[in-house]
Amino acid sequence: MPPGKPRRSAGPPGEPRRVAYLYLLPALVVNALFLLFPLGRGAWISLFDWDGLTLGHWAGWDNYRALVADAGLRAAFGHVAVLLVFFSALPIAIGLVLATALHRARVRGMAFFRTALFLPQVVAMVVVGVAWRGIYAPDGALNGALRALGLGSWATSWLGDSDTALVAVGFVGTWVQSGLAVVLFLGGIGRIPRELFEAARLDGAGALREFRSVVVPSLRAEIGVAATLTTIAALRTFDLVYVMTPQGGPGRSTTVPAYEIYHRAFHSGQVGSAAALGVALTALSFLVTMGIGRLAGGERAR
Amino acid sequence: MARWGRARTAVTLLVVAVATVLLSVSACVPGARSAAARPADRAPQEVRTDLSALGQVTLVVWDQEVRGGQEKQITALNAAFQRRHPNIRVHRVARAFADLRDTSRLALTGEEPPDVLQVNNGRQDLGAFVRAGLLRPLTGEAAAYGWERRFPEQVLRLARYPDAGDQIGEGRLYGLPQTGELVGLFYNRTMLAELGLRPPRTWSEFDAALEAARRAGRLPIQFGNLDKMPGIHLLGFALHRFATPEDETALATGRPEASWSTPAAGAAARLLAEWVDRGYLTPGFAGVHPDDAWAAFGRGEGLFHVGGSWLVPELQAAMGDNVGFLLPPARDEGGAPARPVVTGGPGLPFAVSARTRHPDAAAAYLDFVTSPEAMAVLADTRILPAMPPSANRPADLFGDAVTAWETTAKSGVLVPYLDYATPTAYETIGDAVERLLAKATSVQAFLETLQADRDNDRGGR
Repeated sequence: MPPGKPRRSAGPPGEPRRVAYLYLLPALVVNALFLLFPLGRGAWISLFDWDGLTLGHWAGWDNYRALVADAGLRAAFGHVAVLLVFFSALPIAIGLVLATALHRARVRGMAFFRTALFLPQVVAMVVVGVAWRGIYAPDGALNGALRALGLGSWATSWLGDSDTALVAVGFVGTWVQSGLAVVLFLGGIGRIPRELFEAARLDGAGALREFRSVVVPSLRAEIGVAATLTTIAALRTFDLVYVMTPQGGPGRSTTVPAYEIYHRAFHSGQVGSAAALGVALTALSFLVTMGIGRLAGGERAR
Repeated sequence: MARWGRARTAVTLLVVAVATVLLSVSACVPGARSAAARPADRAPQEVRTDLSALGQVTLVVWDQEVRGGQEKQITALNAAFQRRHPNIRVHRVARAFADLRDTSRLALTGEEPPDVLQVNNGRQDLGAFVRAGLLRPLTGEAAAYGWERRFPEQVLRLARYPDAGDQIGEGRLYGLPQTGELVGLFYNRTMLAELGLRPPRTWSEFDAALEAARRAGRLPIQFGNLDKMPGIHLLGFALHRFATPEDETALATGRPEASWSTPAAGAAARLLAEWVDRGYLTPGFAGVHPDDAWAAFGRGEGLFHVGGSWLVPELQAAMGDNVGFLLPPARDEGGAPARPVVTGGPGLPFAVSARTRHPDAAAAYLDFVTSPEAMAVLADTRILPAMPPSANRPADLFGDAVTAWETTAKSGVLVPYLDYATPTAYETIGDAVERLLAKATSVQAFLETLQADRDNDRGGR
């Protein structure tokens, strides 16, 4: 402790004190037991060549080196990048537009719309996947609608074509996540002071200008929350891909890291490699969400 | 600010310290706790077949018999087993196939493994468990109960593995199957009659039927390949036409001499591509789930469906007398009828954990659920028994399947599933066939992919 400073425990109120750690302890123990320990154990296993059954062999960083060298895995991360657009960017854009429109139009039965839009979030992803699998089937609802509209030449086997499978899965992500964004943004817009809108209108701002200069900046925090939640959903996508395009989809066009983890750990006996991939995915999620936090939190810190 | 920074450092240190302590408690090389000595064979006289002296025993059994008829048969058999041995209680843990497969690895290496469990056959599962010494070899038990007399060797050998776990069909016995499986040809009787045809026995008759169906505007083969397993079955089906059963078996079991670079394998691949070109398969088949495909066949869409005998109960319920089951067509060799060749084998074997405390009760359970009495119960629920009882031969789809199974056992060849060959064969062959059917790869490249999977397996590991 530097000389001349008073003892912490006698410091002014509001200053950090050592006793605070005591208050943190119970939560920390639970956290350590169920989160940090498994995480550490996973990281430890990732340093071994282990089939999950027999004795493992020390592998050092080999598993991580193999991850970088694996072309199939690089493709899987590429697919996740595409899914990010569908799970995160599109829902936020759609959410902003829809929320603004709903707010401006002051529609009747807002509660109904909110619930209807949010509903996909409530349904289990496996159910969503099975339902959409039926919609995308060659004789499913989507192709039926296209044929009814005279666009029969567009009809295809959506999940069976390596050109369309990933986009088809991604669109379901957009459908699921948009509701979350709308509900978040509606709440945010409701909190924007009415005077701000009035001032903008007095200054002659049109709908577009109002959207750009009032709605979007005021919703910065909500956009940050939506971006964090949807990004994590995209990075850990497993259930949709597993149900809609089992075994990696046509031409392995829909493989994602989370599916690879499952496959390596439970089927092909590469537990060390699966753990390494898990650690890499955790680190990536952490970095991405931290970046989003920085961007979105900038406003509040000012 | 600086002080808060230091506090943060302290928190981080604390977290690291806690994590380190927790880690070091169990920190050891993964697998150290479960890696056990390989269990030894028992002599036949060591196996106690009289269970009354064992005292009260609870036998934990994991099975995947969860669908309609399966659930019925296993429940009935468990009850009968407990009536016969009042001191044994069967604690059943039922899991769907995928669920059982995902959890059995952890269960067998965990603190309390089940005594008996059904294990997925092949190198990824049964073979890997044998290699790790997690299952009990059943040599003594087989002799004490006479299992080698009960089952034909053709069925039993697909539950044999050497200690290395790599060469199915060789080594000691590790499990007993309850059921049989055949990948055959389901056909729609009415549609076939409308086309003026009889059930195809040879490949030329089969070709003619496909073309006749297409010309009449009917779907020749109902096929859905979304999860890529039916593609593997379709390849095996086409291989029967060109390859010798010995070569097929070598490919399926990963024998060193097996090769995909043969004219026969090339011809099989070209046949599949030709079926796509001629429009014999369901439009958009790559996006159709297999379950939806056989359900559509059950509704009368499609003349044929290449599928497993495990679909018999469902298709019989859906189509009644309108459906039949055939072995794959035979070669058109003039005069003498050719040997029937078909992909299939025993159903998921019941195996015994190496660390069970009740090996005698476990062996008795295996014996009971595969006994003639059990086979009769299976037949009642329309599931193809490994050893069909001579009574109970209805003239329906189930009867067809029983006939096909017995014909194969008597005079034919049962070829194992192609994906038994290597630990990665399921994914490699599934992907390759999917690409072949999508015209995304040439026949040449297709064969090279499959050959590379075989060669990597022999070179590595």
